[in-house]
Amino acid sequence: MNPFEYRRAMDATAAVALVTEHPGAAFLAGGTNLVDHLKLGVARPDLLVDVSRLPLDTISSLPDGRVRVGAAVRNSDLAADPLIRRRYPMLSAALLAGASGQLRNLATTGGNLLQRTRCVYFQDVTTPCNKREPGSGCSALEGYNRGHAILGASEQCVAVHPSDLAVALTALEAEVQVLGPAGERTIPIGELYRLPGDAPERDTVLSHGDLITAVDLPELPMAACSAYRKVRDRASYAFALVSVAAAVDVADGVIRDVRIAFGGVAHRPWRATRAEQLLRGEPATETAFAAAAHAELAPARPLAHNAFKVPLAASTLVATLRGLTEEGR
Amino acid sequence: MDESITLHVDGRKRSLTVDTRTTLLDALRERLGVTAPKKGCDHGQCGSCTVLLDGRRATTCLTLAVAHDGAEVVTADGLAEGDSLHPVQRAFLDHDGLQCGYCTPGQVCSAVGMLAEAAAGWPSHVTRDGAGRVELTDEEIRERMSGNLCRCGAYPNIVAAIREVAR
Amino acid sequence: MTTELVTVDLLHFHAIGVPLERADGTIKVTGRAPYAFEHPVTEPVYLHPVQATVARGRVTGADTAAARALPGVIAVLTHENAPRMVSGDDPELWVLQSTEIAFRGQFVGAVLAETLEVARHAADLVRMEYENLPHDAELDPRRDDLYAPDVLNAGYPTDTAEGDVDAAPAAVTIDRTYRTPMEHNNPMEPHAVIALWAEPGELLLYDSSQGVHRVRGALATAFGLDPGRVRVVSPYVGGGFGSKGSAHAHHALAVLAAQAVPGRPVKFALTRQQMFSQVGYRTPTVQHVRLSATADGRLTAISHEVVEQTARLKEFAEQTAVCSRMMYTAPNRRTSHRLARLDVPVPAWMRAPGEAPGMFAAEVAMDELAVACGLDPIELRARNEPGTDPVTGRPWSGGRHLVECLREGARRFGWDPRDPTPGVRRDGEWLVGTGVAASTYPRHLLPGNRATVRYTPDGRYSVLIGAVDIGTGTWTTLAQIAADALEVPVGAVALEIGDSDLPQASVAGGSSGMSSWGSAVVAAARAFRARYGEGPPVGAEASAEAPAEPGGDFAADSFGAQFAEVRVNADTGEVRVPRMLGVFSAGKIINPRTARSQFIGGMIMGLSAALHEESVLDPRFGHVVNHDFADYHIAACADVVDIDAAWLEEVDPHANPMGSRGIGEIGIVGAPAAIANAVHHATGIRVRDLPITPDRLLTHGLL
Repeated sequence: MNPFEYRRAMDATAAVALVTEHPGAAFLAGGTNLVDHLKLGVARPDLLVDVSRLPLDTISSLPDGRVRVGAAVRNSDLAADPLIRRRYPMLSAALLAGASGQLRNLATTGGNLLQRTRCVYFQDVTTPCNKREPGSGCSALEGYNRGHAILGASEQCVAVHPSDLAVALTALEAEVQVLGPAGERTIPIGELYRLPGDAPERDTVLSHGDLITAVDLPELPMAACSAYRKVRDRASYAFALVSVAAAVDVADGVIRDVRIAFGGVAHRPWRATRAEQLLRGEPATETAFAAAAHAELAPARPLAHNAFKVPLAASTLVATLRGLTEEGR
Repeated sequence: MDESITLHVDGRKRSLTVDTRTTLLDALRERLGVTAPKKGCDHGQCGSCTVLLDGRRATTCLTLAVAHDGAEVVTADGLAEGDSLHPVQRAFLDHDGLQCGYCTPGQVCSAVGMLAEAAAGWPSHVTRDGAGRVELTDEEIRERMSGNLCRCGAYPNIVAAIREVAR
Repeated sequence: MTTELVTVDLLHFHAIGVPLERADGTIKVTGRAPYAFEHPVTEPVYLHPVQATVARGRVTGADTAAARALPGVIAVLTHENAPRMVSGDDPELWVLQSTEIAFRGQFVGAVLAETLEVARHAADLVRMEYENLPHDAELDPRRDDLYAPDVLNAGYPTDTAEGDVDAAPAAVTIDRTYRTPMEHNNPMEPHAVIALWAEPGELLLYDSSQGVHRVRGALATAFGLDPGRVRVVSPYVGGGFGSKGSAHAHHALAVLAAQAVPGRPVKFALTRQQMFSQVGYRTPTVQHVRLSATADGRLTAISHEVVEQTARLKEFAEQTAVCSRMMYTAPNRRTSHRLARLDVPVPAWMRAPGEAPGMFAAEVAMDELAVACGLDPIELRARNEPGTDPVTGRPWSGGRHLVECLREGARRFGWDPRDPTPGVRRDGEWLVGTGVAASTYPRHLLPGNRATVRYTPDGRYSVLIGAVDIGTGTWTTLAQIAADALEVPVGAVALEIGDSDLPQASVAGGSSGMSSWGSAVVAAARAFRARYGEGPPVGAEASAEAPAEPGGDFAADSFGAQFAEVRVNADTGEVRVPRMLGVFSAGKIINPRTARSQFIGGMIMGLSAALHEESVLDPRFGHVVNHDFADYHIAACADVVDIDAAWLEEVDPHANPMGSRGIGEIGIVGAPAAIANAVHHATGIRVRDLPITPDRLLTHGLL
């Protein structure tokens, strides 16, 4: 671990300014991913700016019906919040499906969104990885890629994004509030994450010095009927093989609206827009769910060890929608 | 680079200078001689280093000591008052909820923190949303304790111990 | 055949058999028990190793300037400047003595620094140069360079053959290949040591060890030291499961470092990642099993042929097929072991080496045979029960109670009535099934055990032996044995273990501890009473060695039956195990409370192997790439639901004075097979490769 200077930020603007003027600086919040990477040598900042004590730790209802979640709100507080549980159950469920109780007590909303891939080669500095060291090659492409992407990958990188929270937020069409060197801006979460293309070192569209300050949840009544289903190798405390976040609005057996996002299948949370289009106006039947799932996954390009993810993603989506629509009956 | 910090550990005020790179776990173990929290993986993947940090259960291996200046830390050692054990510790003995003992202090702290979380109505992955009250079924206990790995396989006895305290 | 059995002089059981609370419980639940890295020392030096990034080759240069220039760095050791060792008999310990690299991750240097942080940073700054030679790290049973080792682990012969397997009459034949993956012991406490070179020739180690004398002996030999001046101290050990049974490279590296900074204690704990290359692992296996049987399920032939790996650096030959030599009766029988010598870390002991992977293949094959014959799997096993040990022709010490375990387990588990049809029980989205498998593990009695009993001024009896407690309960159970041997209450016994300055003891491994150490304690207690009677003077002391094999001509094995219920999610392939039951025949149970924890702990490790564990070695690099607890999954609390263990109330009159046979490993044996058999019953899918992860079921046609 390289030596670094530590500074505790007293306000967000000063934190952004400090990081902006230091090319080797990084924000530190809960630390559960960054400190991991410091030890592994994956991250080598020379200045850490601690933003965990900034007053960004509240959950509030906005006048227009939206809900604002401060970036420093801990995962456990967000998951337990009564408003969140009532209006966005999939969000609470996604958080509770991730990590462990003692990690969720540390990890923050902003940090969760910016956690980096769990690709074993990314985490191992003795092996080539384009995300960690651009141009060095992708070890996963021909290596151990059981957990890797089936959609939207490139020759440069086949990693997947590990956040459960981000999958739920993607289905919800949350907006991310960012304070950057040039001021505040709003980024729809669907535009926050990138596909790897030929720049896999960049997970998001954020630039150096950009600080996530809040996440805004839309007023979305159908989100009250939502779920997060995570399939993993152990019953708890494991990253997803595949996950599905879904919300559905069914009336008289017909799907009026639906939101779907997949986790564990791509470099970013995968909004299943094609499946959503196919399902709107359709009867809420197993056949319709399966047809939509297969259409969404038709472009899948599995690797040597992850072909199982294609049928798994499809059947997990079908099961999730089945559960939601049966509940509604 | 060094920074001066103060920690309140098991009721004692401890001031020290730490390398900014020092984790809370290493500060406790190597600098303060507080070895109840254990290092099992050093990457937040086993839970052996769990303490109560400002009242909540937290892993200490993925958090920098310098970021917790002023924090209150309670370890498994501090949960007991001398030879008078915390009820969770007593229950672990009654149910043989340990073998090698290395994960045990983390299990104990996690259990204490978890019981408070459940009492506060926090849901878990397996909670069927009843909005508020949490009944600590065995399934709930198992899910909530899954951040503490035990290679000896004391899980059934750990669950039995916590069930008894929760009752 | 008649055989004269010698009955040992059994203890009168008073303390033995009582479910005493763990003697070290209080200091463990409070975190006050000092593990290796936690012994208070002054002015420690921290060691962080430098590891090879090639799988085979030579070190051609070492640039340590940047590391040495770092404030707080005390020394950087490489092969160029490391102190010289004396013996390379154990190549694993021959560290920094040559330029040769035999596996990726091998230690090629070490940084000694004033703090952990500086040591780790400086190790990162060391630049090693290598001549990179082509390496070979892929286990493939079709290789043409497989070889037969001279002998297997624990001294078993490599191959056996009786009759003619190929010519055996067969109405039904099962001919299948099973695979088990590389697995890592992963005790929760990483291997750790504090080494102090107090003065030339005098070495003190606080170690996390399953055998203080074994480590002392290995290091004394490697460094040419007088064993009497080497002391290894391990009062509390955070698990081992075999990996802490021997000295490994990190011990040698710590001693080299201690010699470089005499008078200062060197602290060295492996990282979790480093444990995947430094301290052994269970070899992956490819097992070809062929069972031939009559239509009514009587075995006519058993063939169990194994391919597994060893390391170029040092041979380890796991005894995987040995279980098939003695489990069932069959006139024609063949077992063999072939090794691929690879450029990989050295495999070694992991809980029930041999039986654990071997009984997966053998007992799944038996289940396949039961299905093929249309027989209940318990009935199939009962029909093939041998009267005497097929290997030696001798009767079993204490009797062979496998069928009793199966029948008692069936009764407790609610096995009958069971519809054998696979894939027909459904509860919502879950497919439900049950499975059974047999278990076995030999009774090992290790030589070289000695104990001392001393009467102390407080009216108690100090009982001294260099045994260790790795979580098995030794602090409690050995005191119970001593109490009964001295015929005093347990409270009158002050046990001292975990220190090589205590009388010589064998390793805590192979389920041998209670038998081996207990026999020595009983011998010392009896010698004490013989000399001093019931009223010894303060300071009275007697020592004795455990006798060699106390019994006569018998086979000594424990048996058990493993039952599992599984649920397989029909949508996702997730496997859950809501229920497991093990029933064991293992002789006298010294302490039912700690014994139950040992049994269920083994069963849970078996569950973990069945569903989760797999070390993925990337042959391009030669190292395990999923080398942490996020990617190498072991069972978590949520995976373990209703698990219970029971045992037959028995006393083995020929085993030892306690009538016990050892219980540390038998719980893991057969558990993966029971789960795999239950998965078949639930789904109709026969998974022959461990672990049974969702992808294995999905690609075998679940969806």
